Amino acid sequence: MIKKLANSVREYKAAAILSPIFVSLEVVCECFIPFVIALLLKAIKGEAGVIAGMPGVLTYGGILIGISIVSLACGALSGAFSAKASSGYAKNLRMDLYYKIQDFSFENIDKFSTPSLVTRMTTDVNNVQFAFMMIIRVAVRAPLMMIFSLVMAFYMGGYLGWVFVGVIPPLSLVLLLIMKKAMPVFRRVFKKYDALNESIQENVRGMRVVKSFVREEYEKQKFDRAATDVQIDFTKAERILAWSNPVMQFFFYAVLSTVLFLGSYLILTLGGATYSVETVSQLIVYGMQILMSLMMLSMVLVMIVMSIESAKRICEVLDEESTLKSPENAIFEVADGSVDFDGVSFKYSVTAERNALEGIDLHIKSGETIGIIGGTGSSKTSLVNLISRLYDATEGAVKVGGRDVKEYDLTALRNQVAVVLQKNELFSGTIKENLRWGNPDATDEQLVEACKIAAADDFVSSFPDGYDTYIEQGGTNVSGGQKQRLCIARALLKNPKILILDDSTSAVDTRTDKMIRDGLKKYAPDTTKIIIAQRTSSVEDADRIIVMDGGRINAVGTHSELLGKNDIYTEVYTTQNRGGKSDNE
Amino acid sequence: MNKPPRVKQKGVLGRTIKLMFAYYPHMMVVALLCILFNAVVSSLPSIFMERVFTVVEIAAKGGGWAKYGSDITMYMLILIGLYVLSLISGAVNKQMLAIMTQGFLKKMRGHMFDGMQNLPIKYFDTNNNGDIMSYYTNDIDALRQMISESIPQLLTSGIMVLTLFIIMLWYSIWLTLIVLVGVVTIVLVTKKIGGGAAKYFISQQRAVGKLEGFVEEMMNGQKVVKVFCHEEQAKRDFDKVNDYLCGESTKAHRYANMLMPILGNIGHVLYVLVAIIGGVFMINKVGNVSLGIAFGVNAAAVNVPLVVAFLQTTRQFTNNVNQVSNQVNSVVMGVAGAKRLFDLIDQKPEVDDGYVTLVNAREENGEIVECEEHTGMWAWKHPHQADGTVTYTKLEGDIVMQEVDFEYEEGKPVLHDVSVFAKPGQKVAFVGATGAGKTTITNLINRFYDIADGKIRYDGININKIKKADLRRSLGIVLQDTNLFTGTVMDNIRYGKLDATDEECIAAAKLAGADDFITRLPDGYNTMLTGNGANLSQGQRQLVSIARAAVADPPVMILDEATSSIDTRTEAIVSRGMDALMQGRTVFVIAHRLSTVKNSDVIIVLDHGRIIERGSHEKLIEERGQYYQLYTGAFEME
Repeated sequence: MIKKLANSVREYKAAAILSPIFVSLEVVCECFIPFVIALLLKAIKGEAGVIAGMPGVLTYGGILIGISIVSLACGALSGAFSAKASSGYAKNLRMDLYYKIQDFSFENIDKFSTPSLVTRMTTDVNNVQFAFMMIIRVAVRAPLMMIFSLVMAFYMGGYLGWVFVGVIPPLSLVLLLIMKKAMPVFRRVFKKYDALNESIQENVRGMRVVKSFVREEYEKQKFDRAATDVQIDFTKAERILAWSNPVMQFFFYAVLSTVLFLGSYLILTLGGATYSVETVSQLIVYGMQILMSLMMLSMVLVMIVMSIESAKRICEVLDEESTLKSPENAIFEVADGSVDFDGVSFKYSVTAERNALEGIDLHIKSGETIGIIGGTGSSKTSLVNLISRLYDATEGAVKVGGRDVKEYDLTALRNQVAVVLQKNELFSGTIKENLRWGNPDATDEQLVEACKIAAADDFVSSFPDGYDTYIEQGGTNVSGGQKQRLCIARALLKNPKILILDDSTSAVDTRTDKMIRDGLKKYAPDTTKIIIAQRTSSVEDADRIIVMDGGRINAVGTHSELLGKNDIYTEVYTTQNRGGKSDNE
Repeated sequence: MNKPPRVKQKGVLGRTIKLMFAYYPHMMVVALLCILFNAVVSSLPSIFMERVFTVVEIAAKGGGWAKYGSDITMYMLILIGLYVLSLISGAVNKQMLAIMTQGFLKKMRGHMFDGMQNLPIKYFDTNNNGDIMSYYTNDIDALRQMISESIPQLLTSGIMVLTLFIIMLWYSIWLTLIVLVGVVTIVLVTKKIGGGAAKYFISQQRAVGKLEGFVEEMMNGQKVVKVFCHEEQAKRDFDKVNDYLCGESTKAHRYANMLMPILGNIGHVLYVLVAIIGGVFMINKVGNVSLGIAFGVNAAAVNVPLVVAFLQTTRQFTNNVNQVSNQVNSVVMGVAGAKRLFDLIDQKPEVDDGYVTLVNAREENGEIVECEEHTGMWAWKHPHQADGTVTYTKLEGDIVMQEVDFEYEEGKPVLHDVSVFAKPGQKVAFVGATGAGKTTITNLINRFYDIADGKIRYDGININKIKKADLRRSLGIVLQDTNLFTGTVMDNIRYGKLDATDEECIAAAKLAGADDFITRLPDGYNTMLTGNGANLSQGQRQLVSIARAAVADPPVMILDEATSSIDTRTEAIVSRGMDALMQGRTVFVIAHRLSTVKNSDVIIVLDHGRIIERGSHEKLIEERGQYYQLYTGAFEME
């Protein structure tokens, strides 16, 4: 996992290495400062062993300012480098995730939900970024600080340094104990907190329901229960954590008192030869630094542990291998729009018990118009998804233009097989920008032409901004029928050899539906058209209609061949054509 | 920054603190005393440490441990005593802060949520869901940071700065002035760098929002990206947003990371300056001016012990000034968050001047009498202020709209002169293009919005006189976008009538035609629904929402039929459910199905907020107008 995550550092490697180096230099400087300060104080007092008087003050003062400037420069540089490294690392991580998702096949996409992918790319990356910054700064700084301070303490204070060594194990133990106790509570409460926020979101989204059922009071009570629950757990966790500060202070005071008392005793009994007041007072500063680093270290540890969950979730995406890849020596040319299914079976996952498609043999000639009809779960969509190799057949072969789809380059194949998906999306941007997804180089005239065939030109032109009208996220400012027509126009711009409409005119009225089909016949006569529909009227004039049932082809034939002879087709037809009579049943 | 908002923000901090006092009057006092005590006690040890050192130095010159050992021990004991006190007050304070912070946040959340429930629908129609959510996440978080960490830290450090300042003045006013110059530098640096950090953190937040929106949209449309082989373009677009975020984030963190090393080292430089100037004073025998002299304690000249003591204090002083400057930014951010929260809490709630209420009733000798128990009969209780009498009107579901005008925004009228008459048990269908005003009419009947002109009467009573809660209770509603809540299927159905028994809920589900699929779910009626019923199909969700309306059993129903494509079989089941629900009620339906429209008593065809045709199906077909065009499929129903 660490190796996988470390891969994303890339061009920020230099900054990621320079940051801890400068941190180390800063720590060294900081550790010398109390030492020099002791010298300075001695100089002021005119004690022996140092340059006395004003020259001493100036010398040691000069050294101190020098060290401070170096320390400042190193600190600022390490801060800048770590900012660059951690932000850049997060950027690369997000990029790797996003690029990986772009390579996902439909099967991969089905595995992760949209909100979970969004969280992985935002919150989880943030957590890992934070941990990364901690590692290259604090995780280097704290132990170094501890070691240097210990060395200096021993150098200046001799065996008084043992006081510090002695205090490290018990303090670490207590701190770790506090963290260990608090962490599971935190984990639990974060889950509850997320659930609370989700329920708020639900309430906001469903406010019309809340208000029309007059459930404001009920919602308040429900919220209060959940919020109280969160409060209790959060308080518990924070109260445990709140002990770390007094514990830390306790040890600090203990060390301070011991050093002060022992120091005073030693100064006086040894006659000031080994120890001086300055040594003792600076020893206390080192003690403070040692304990602070311990505290920081324990906090960093918690941060890192907390971010492991996020790191795992990121790696899940990075480790996901795309189930579909273009073959080597791929074919780039699609000969024509013929489609052949040879003994095709398909299931969505190896573990699935039932095949979604079973024993499909179907041969579609180039330029033919095929209608597909069948109930929910009859695998109409699964059937057409195999043509543009959105999924791979489990058994048998699917051929386009006479060659197995697995032999084609994926992009080349999909550019020739245009699909208008059932769950279709427009993206925020102008209508023109959306249409050009089909063909980035399309001229304005070509856009208008495609829209005319898809019966979209009329309403687009009626907008004040025409083709420059801005589509909101999710296409909320156009109606369902308008959205479907724009999606058809977008697919047409690819000028494909095969066009698949997966229930793409359900929100369009019957007359416009007919206009679109007529337009396709007239302007794209050579394109193979495969139309999945709920309404029989949408497929009536197809060359052949395929009736799907339970993953198998139930019947193939023209409208007149099927009507009256095929039960399913006849049932669908009659339900849809008796209008309002059904109410009186 | 201009002045007025600042004054306002000051009010916010005051209000926050006032609220905390209101919630935890005793704990707040104790916690504040602890902070004050702890701060003062924490500044004192340095004085006693100096005492110890002074004694040691005197002892070193003569007398040794034997003579001065007891003095040292005494000071040590005082010191330890102070430490114990500081520890106790610190621990108590931390525990109380933990309790108070979480308690306060919970109360704030409660206020926000309760206030939000009472806001008019207009608020939710005009505010983005994401923005509302960020009150509960980002702003609450900023507030937590402020009250649990920044303010206590600021208080402690602030008090210590004051105490130490007085101690410094006690030693020497001249030297204190030098330290003040350093403080000014620290403040300036903090303002520059800390301000920069705050500025870029805000723009980083904005960049995160942008990236989140982009990723969400692209992930939603990922399959479209695939079928159009749009991956490369999608990557390039992403890189732009991602690079921008990286840039802002780098700047924000650079400023934030640099602040501490710079401030810390300014402290060191200041220390040296004081030492050198102290030295110069000593050599030149400059006379000292200090508070200590005023009290006759200190020497009149700058001498060695004074400079040494002063240096120690300087160090502590600058450390605390740094702490203060470090916290100021987070307090500023917390105040900004708190301000937004108060803005939400202070939003004007939905006004309700209604006084006509809905009560259980029964008929005695042809008179309607109010009663306690549930009779299945309801009546409007109408107190007349003029003569103090009360009249009862039976709830029947007779709704009349007369010459109603309405506009969402001033100057942009949505409905003109709309009149609709619905007798009890009648079915009124609204038909027309998107934006014709169909939904608006239903928004007015349950008073989600109030009309600009005209009248709406329910059983002959002006709906403005009816208490909103009672009005809405008498109206059932099934919306096109179904909203289910986290909970079991049973909980969701019971939402329509909280005291409904399981049997009643199941009966309602049967009526709606939902029983069949619910019993086939893994846990039947106890199946948990999450994420707006994500584990159900669109049609199934709709059936649950129909059952929910059915269990409420109101005399008037407002139905907005779903347009999205569901397969014919499910559609047939949903239609049957809808039709069963309509039986014996006054129904307003925004129709998308021909069968619904055809069976309506009155069909109202709307166009740009005006009624252009009205009548029965047969009559309208005969007229060969807009409706005829719609019905024959020449226009889209939507």
